[in-house]
Amino acid sequence: MLETFLFGVFPYAALVIMIGGVIWRYTTNQFSYSSVSSQFLENRQLFWGSAPWHYGIILILLGHLVGVLFPDTIQAINGVPVRLYILEGTALAMSLALLVGLVVLITRRVISPRVRVTTSVMDGVLLFVLLFQVVTGIMTAIFYRWGSAWFIQTATPYLRSVFTLSPNIEYMTALPLLSKLHAINFFVLLALFPFSRLVHMLSVPLAYLWRPYQVVMWYRRRQIQQ
Amino acid sequence: MDVRAQISMVFHLDKCIGCHTCSLACKNVWTSREGAEYMWWNNVETKPGTGYPTLWEDQTKYRGGWEVKGNILRPKLGRRLGLLSNIFFNPFLPTMDDYYEPWTYKYGQLFNAPQADDQPTARAVSKVTGKFLDVEAGPNWDDDMSGSSIYARNDINLSALTDAEREALFRTEQMVFFYVPRICNHCLNPGCVAVCPSGAIYKRAEDGVVVVSQEKCRGWRFCVSGCPYKKTYYNWKTGKSEKCMLCYPRIETGQPSSCFHACVGRIRYKGLLLYDAERIESVAKTPDAGLVEAQRSLILDPNDERVVAAARKNGIGDDWISVARKSPVYKFVKEWGIALPLHAEFRTLPMLFYVPPVLPVLASNTNGSYDLGNRDFFGKVEDSRVPMKYMAHLFSAGNEEIVKKALKKLMAVRAYQQAKSVGNLSVGQASAQLAEAGCSTDEAEAIFRMTALPRFEDRFVLPPYHREEAIETTTETIKQKGETGLGFTRPPKRGP
Ligand code: SF4
Ligand code: SF4
Repeated sequence: MLETFLFGVFPYAALVIMIGGVIWRYTTNQFSYSSVSSQFLENRQLFWGSAPWHYGIILILLGHLVGVLFPDTIQAINGVPVRLYILEGTALAMSLALLVGLVVLITRRVISPRVRVTTSVMDGVLLFVLLFQVVTGIMTAIFYRWGSAWFIQTATPYLRSVFTLSPNIEYMTALPLLSKLHAINFFVLLALFPFSRLVHMLSVPLAYLWRPYQVVMWYRRRQIQQ
Repeated sequence: MDVRAQISMVFHLDKCIGCHTCSLACKNVWTSREGAEYMWWNNVETKPGTGYPTLWEDQTKYRGGWEVKGNILRPKLGRRLGLLSNIFFNPFLPTMDDYYEPWTYKYGQLFNAPQADDQPTARAVSKVTGKFLDVEAGPNWDDDMSGSSIYARNDINLSALTDAEREALFRTEQMVFFYVPRICNHCLNPGCVAVCPSGAIYKRAEDGVVVVSQEKCRGWRFCVSGCPYKKTYYNWKTGKSEKCMLCYPRIETGQPSSCFHACVGRIRYKGLLLYDAERIESVAKTPDAGLVEAQRSLILDPNDERVVAAARKNGIGDDWISVARKSPVYKFVKEWGIALPLHAEFRTLPMLFYVPPVLPVLASNTNGSYDLGNRDFFGKVEDSRVPMKYMAHLFSAGNEEIVKKALKKLMAVRAYQQAKSVGNLSVGQASAQLAEAGCSTDEAEAIFRMTALPRFEDRFVLPPYHREEAIETTTETIKQKGETGLGFTRPPKRGP
């Protein structure tokens, strides 16, 4: 019963909250959209936290995404044992790096007086949830070997079933507790997304790569008299 | 020719008394908010000195402005992809310690302290953390501190001088300094705009004011490094960048910006310039020695029929063109050539120009007596108390001839007035000096009037925006006046 709720209903609730929340916040209070960087207040410790955390989490998230979208690719890679070892080894190294980064970031929030005063309750909650996510993820990877292989047999079909609106929770109920926690916490993160600083992920300024350097705006479009 | 209009400015440094009234006028209107306390959109610094934030001119430290690599003009911070790779940690960002930690005092202590043997004191507390603070730096900590070993001697412009020249500058009897008030230059090729990944900073095409959209800014804070003048600031409370917006709500309603209006020394002038936007990039690529000249050539003559026709074609109205004809800035920069951009070598094409200060040696101390020597009354520009090399480093991208020319003209105008009104110089002498400086008596007269006797309407010649008419159609004017401002829709909050 509980599992039906957690894997069959809660994901939809989380998705609705996330999408609705983002639209609501973007349309009513775009001013609050920011990475709310604290580098200006403290920048020595930040480097050791922010850089490994961000680069690590981007790669790990991409890895998960590839597993869901292109499971065949992962399967093909894992077909040769050496490649499986390399894939798993890299993933583990990246996740340890991002764990270190996250711990540095949390410590910095606590010990730097200037950063502490700019920390909101939501920042605290978010850091805790993220830490929980990272720890359960890494423990799953260590205790249940070759996650990249069984991920595409369990999480991939499950997530696909969620997105096709016919959730098949059997894939999840069969998993060990650690992985279940990791999955549920993921949906918690989705639900927190619109109300936390996570929204800055939606502002990744890729358009900058193609933009001319200068931005000039006309108050009224000029009327060129030919 | 792509003619656009730009509200631009001249600061006459000879007239600045270093009173900081301008800074306070700005602070009271725009930055007395949490998160912005440390910001001084207008600040006044003493030169030689390290300025605010400390060593802002050192682009090896902050990587502001542009560089020309090959034939390509690119931000010093790096090209687009390189820049984005630093988005999680910007190695060139000044931090609060490079400005100062804002503070207040525990005034309550003065009244509430329990009776004791000592006088109660109001200790300093940080406005960020609320904790006691040992104040070690402030916004104008280097005020008048010429010769000091922490401020003046670390001025990077001194790198142009020899050791002997540097020592001479700081010998107690010869100590010299002058003030440089600074605001955002509302550049034609702004570094802040170019490095903003969100595209939140933009230049208003109609009047050239550079502003940060508070809605679009995502706090990536590259603009703070990218502006070589350090005139964009990061609000640590809201997580957004802010900068001087030339008081556009004021200029749109026909009033000069606050710092201009309040200036006690009346050193500030504001007027319209027409410029050719097509040539911005090629001008910004000019080698250092020719930069000031090239930038001047970008400014167009509003009396030239072809310029007027092209301006009309771009939608610039006749009322604006006629205002451009009366622009005091045009006179200082183009006609008289005595106002120069600060650090043109940053290549942002700043639109705030400075009349460099004349600092002549009037007398020297020989064996304890005051010796006027047998020099001409003001002496020669070349033996000014501040070496030309230093002035050129500040105002003409290292080209000494350009500052020298401007200073010679300024000296000649003084000599001319001296001859006219005091009479201790012969008219012949003065005329010779004028001729040498390439200045006619009419021009000398005009420079004198614009420097010493300008009225309010001569200093500030603003174009009509007709915004008030547009406003009246939707809102009552009195109501609109109360709402004019930064446009926050809710209190900027962050933290618990
Ligand atoms: S001076 Fe102003 S316009 Fe120029 S780069 Fe700096 S902030 Fe931008
Ligand atoms: S108010 Fe005018 S005279 Fe006083 S410091 Fe500012 S610019 Fe100089």
